[in-house]
Amino acid sequence: MKRFILQRLGLSVITVFLVCVIVFFLTHILPGDVARQYLGRGATEEDLVEFRRVFGLDRPLFSQLFTWIGHLLQGDLGQSMQYRGPVSDLLLPAIRYSAKLAGVAFFIIVPISIAGGVVAAMNRGKKVDRFITVGGLSAAVIPEFVWAIILVLLFGVTFQIFPVSAFPEEGERSLLNQVWHLVLPSISLLLVLFGYVARITRAGVIEALDSDYMRTAVLKGLSRRKAVIKHVLRNALLPTIAVIASQVPYLIGGLIAVEIVFNYPGFGTILKGAVDARDYSVLQAGVIVSSLVIVLFQLIADILFALLNPRIRQKVSE
Amino acid sequence: MTESSTSSIAEKSNLERKIIRRERLSLVIKDKTFLIGTSILGFWLLMALFGTFIAPHGASDQDFEFVSVPPQMKFWFGTDANGQDVLSRVIIGSRLIVVMAFSATALGTVLGTALGLATGYFKGKFDMIVMRLIEAISAIPVLIIALLAIAALEGRSPTLTVIVIGFVFTPNIGRTVRAAVLGESELEYVAAARLRTERTRHILFREILPNVLPPIIVEFTVRLGYAIFAIATLSFLGAGVEYGSPNWGSQIAENWGNIYSNVWWPTAFPALAIASLAVSVNLISDSLLEIFEL
Repeated sequence: MKRFILQRLGLSVITVFLVCVIVFFLTHILPGDVARQYLGRGATEEDLVEFRRVFGLDRPLFSQLFTWIGHLLQGDLGQSMQYRGPVSDLLLPAIRYSAKLAGVAFFIIVPISIAGGVVAAMNRGKKVDRFITVGGLSAAVIPEFVWAIILVLLFGVTFQIFPVSAFPEEGERSLLNQVWHLVLPSISLLLVLFGYVARITRAGVIEALDSDYMRTAVLKGLSRRKAVIKHVLRNALLPTIAVIASQVPYLIGGLIAVEIVFNYPGFGTILKGAVDARDYSVLQAGVIVSSLVIVLFQLIADILFALLNPRIRQKVSE
Repeated sequence: MTESSTSSIAEKSNLERKIIRRERLSLVIKDKTFLIGTSILGFWLLMALFGTFIAPHGASDQDFEFVSVPPQMKFWFGTDANGQDVLSRVIIGSRLIVVMAFSATALGTVLGTALGLATGYFKGKFDMIVMRLIEAISAIPVLIIALLAIAALEGRSPTLTVIVIGFVFTPNIGRTVRAAVLGESELEYVAAARLRTERTRHILFREILPNVLPPIIVEFTVRLGYAIFAIATLSFLGAGVEYGSPNWGSQIAENWGNIYSNVWWPTAFPALAIASLAVSVNLISDSLLEIFEL
């Protein structure tokens, strides 16, 4: 087990390193002069040279790459060209907000999706099943911002049940009120992720329902409901953990659009601002941080998966 | 589940597999989900091709006597704050997203298939290095890497967005194709072709490719859905398309602020258009997935 964890850890480090290299070359090799873009058309040649010197853009590419990665390792995400301050000062508070939203969303998404999958599996082939699988995946292909706007329109503007902003006014930021404001944005994320998670849970439950141990459990007199809770869920949760981890990239991508619609000062709003201002260092840092989160979740999921299922440990070396 | 079905197919000869494929194809065209999906997609394809002739008004025609009027006989979907006909903009706006999504997916599929064939067939160190790179690229959210690339290229050009999305999709499609090729290259017909000293190009494109087409087609439809998703979101975020051009994402971005004053129609109709297009593609891939048992 120790070897397995170390191996996975090593692979994750390689992945993150490669992400850094890809991101670096994406911004440095593609055409487009950062200094010219940033200083505008009126900049003189001296200004450009000075700008490149300050931001280290005049040094050889590989030297830039390794200094940059060295800085990253020390937690220095670079300087925001737009705000003229450290990127981390800008990004960290925003990430904290996004983590709150993602956390609330997670607590809503995981139980509802698993329940949906179990219900679908128990009613295999019936209308409920079709509704959950086809409906769930159809909802999943509609972009989050479309869902967010539809939800705001229905529940925020027309029926006025939920607040239309995800961020309470100053002085009304009690924990409960904050969570209440995050419900509607979380539902837009739920609608996009429900289908995938429910489908995998359903497949896992069906496989477990058809298994020998399930037949034994029923034959020894356990009621169907009890057998499902005791035997099926445990086995069906394995693939579900894997799929939830694989959805983290989509969750992070989805945050951007949802945060903008709900006017929430998170990671996505910062990235959108960086796109508008062409603030590369913020964008680069955004890619690195989100990949770090994704790789971390993948690692945790892999380890959990192995802990729960010893059979997988032997297949790891592939 | 998947393994057993592919292995049972794999045991059959090439001729039998051809027959199975034909039978499944006839099942697909009778499938209700597939039919609903293709009719909606077909509708939007028609709109994308002939929208400019069908739309009752021009995409940028403005009528200042009718600003933000709700749906009515003259303007079925109402007008927006610029006095533009929402229906016409929805019809004409279909072109950009349909063309972009299809081209980006086609690009990604061609590149991904090449990558998958190469890595799956040659294996070894080459395969290992490419797989590591693929894993790294998959660890970056599609949307965020697209935003970075588009910003780096100063892009408001749709062509650029298509290329970026095509490249971002390549590793994922490559992985699917690779898995299929790995299974195929173990089979006897590949070994037989090698013994006949066929050239590698022949084995890859004439022997293996036809047999891995079903997963490639399904992957194409799945990715097409993602492409629609990504392009709509990017254009909503103001990246990758020209400002003010008639397309659904920008249309929503320009108008959704007005939903708070209950002017819902300039936002709701393009939103429904995106939803219907995305769902239609999903219905198609869903029915293909089910029938090809992938």
